[in-house]
Amino acid sequence: MLPTIFYIGLSVLLFVIGVCGVLLRRSTLMVFMSIELMLNSANLALVTFANQRQSIDAQIMVFFVITIAAAEVAVGLALLVMIFMRKQTTNIDTMTTLKG
Amino acid sequence: MELVIFVITAIVAIIGAVAMLTSRNAVHSALFLLLNFGAIAVLYLLLQAPFLFAVQLIVYAGAIIVLFLFVVMLLGAERDEEDANPIRWQAPVAITMAVLLIGEIIWVLVRQSQDSLARVGSSDSDFGSPAQIAQALFTTHLLPFEVASFVLLTALIGVVVLHQRQR
Repeated sequence: MLPTIFYIGLSVLLFVIGVCGVLLRRSTLMVFMSIELMLNSANLALVTFANQRQSIDAQIMVFFVITIAAAEVAVGLALLVMIFMRKQTTNIDTMTTLKG
Repeated sequence: MELVIFVITAIVAIIGAVAMLTSRNAVHSALFLLLNFGAIAVLYLLLQAPFLFAVQLIVYAGAIIVLFLFVVMLLGAERDEEDANPIRWQAPVAITMAVLLIGEIIWVLVRQSQDSLARVGSSDSDFGSPAQIAQALFTTHLLPFEVASFVLLTALIGVVVLHQRQR
């Protein structure tokens, strides 16, 4: 197996690209996709450590993360569709209803 | 050989992620994200996780990306950020913060003693097989497994309730 640090480095790069997506893009759909990218890079790090430690528990955890991500995407996209029907835009700057 | 596969897959994954970030069209972004997920699935195979490879392709590439594409096309929101960003200093600050974050993580990783990143235990050719995962999932992690099924049911009910006609 390659050194663990290669995989962790790739995971870090993907995570930071996801952070940039959340910070730079203003379409809620794009922000959501960037969050999925960050979840995936964390999964990659977990699988890497599972292989390094030869322990199955981290792989089980990735399985649960994928399950929760699927549930989260279903609810999140339903919310986005509802917001789009009200405001006719996906621009994140318009969603200020909860602003004090 | 493993290094060659890793380098090619890593380059594909990074290109997919960067293209997702920079693409103006949300449909293209979703498809580049699919490319990225596929590359990560190949890395799972390299890391002895064939079960997660299948789950990644079915759930992420199969279900989540299709849901994204469906919503983007349903809303017709492919191009929804034509106007300039009202906060002008946001982009440079965000990029500076991202570079700082990379630098910080790399610093921590390099300072880490090499022992903690070295391989532990002997390589078992059966490691990560579906049988082994099922064994752990249905014995040690049975309660989280049941809770996950409940979470999925809750998400299902939540989506149905959200899309009820308002009376």
